[in-house]
Amino acid sequence: MSKGTEEVELAKRLMSGDSSAFEPFVTLFQHKLFHYSFLTCGQREDAEEVAQETLLKVFESLHTLREPERVRSWIYTIARNVCYMKRRKSIFAPEEEISLDQVMPSFRQDGSERKLEIADWSSLPDAQAMNSELRQTLQRAIHSLPDIYRSVLMLRDVEELTTEETADILGVSTDVIKTRLHRARLAVRQKLDQELTTAGVAS
Amino acid sequence: MTKLECKQIFAMLSEYLDRELPADLCQTIDAHIASCPPCVEFVKSLEKTVAYCRGAGTSSDGPHPLSAANLEELRQAYERSAPVLIKNRPAAS
Repeated sequence: MSKGTEEVELAKRLMSGDSSAFEPFVTLFQHKLFHYSFLTCGQREDAEEVAQETLLKVFESLHTLREPERVRSWIYTIARNVCYMKRRKSIFAPEEEISLDQVMPSFRQDGSERKLEIADWSSLPDAQAMNSELRQTLQRAIHSLPDIYRSVLMLRDVEELTTEETADILGVSTDVIKTRLHRARLAVRQKLDQELTTAGVAS
Repeated sequence: MTKLECKQIFAMLSEYLDRELPADLCQTIDAHIASCPPCVEFVKSLEKTVAYCRGAGTSSDGPHPLSAANLEELRQAYERSAPVLIKNRPAAS
């Protein structure tokens, strides 16, 4: 089953007046929107409010959604706007750019060998076994990204939307999404790497 | 395709991991990585970063269940929209 099928099915049922889809739809998106807002706004207490306000706007304007296939990008567009209202910050405020050089690791010559200056990642657990310290480090790393990068990483990796859906929500080309996603991932990787080197988040 | 430097590989790694690169370029990168320990190390760290980010949205540390009042607010909004939705429903469905 492709990503987002469940959401689309529920949206179709809701739009045809099938009220039995209401609770599953609310439960599914309340969780998704909570995590999205928490990582975007950085405030746990705001995240539940953002989820509620977003869902309210969703139900108030459900009749304006012409294609249920686009329900995910439509809802995250609304959530993004609600988040910004909460932070009282313009979506159009100038944003810091991340250059590739800033987030690429460097090499050093060790005798005849070229070594990469990165931490030992083998001590870190698999994603399924992330401990709370590592999770918090990750949340800080995501939250500290400049917004134009964080928004792409949130939609593509955390919410697992497609490149096309993300481009649709953010109103930029798919090539821009790919470039920003790569830099965002490299920046998060670098922050985890720094933590590993200095504090040892694996323990 | 000419031989690629590690840094050139690093610049394309997300598209490589997301399988968004043309097949010939993927093969060139595979061939390079197979014999380059620093690249293997770096790819693993980036793969792990992406896996962590995917896990960031599904922690057990989720929202509180909606209060009855909040759920009711949403249900009323849906019920207000429902007549318009049903009116707009395509005849074929």
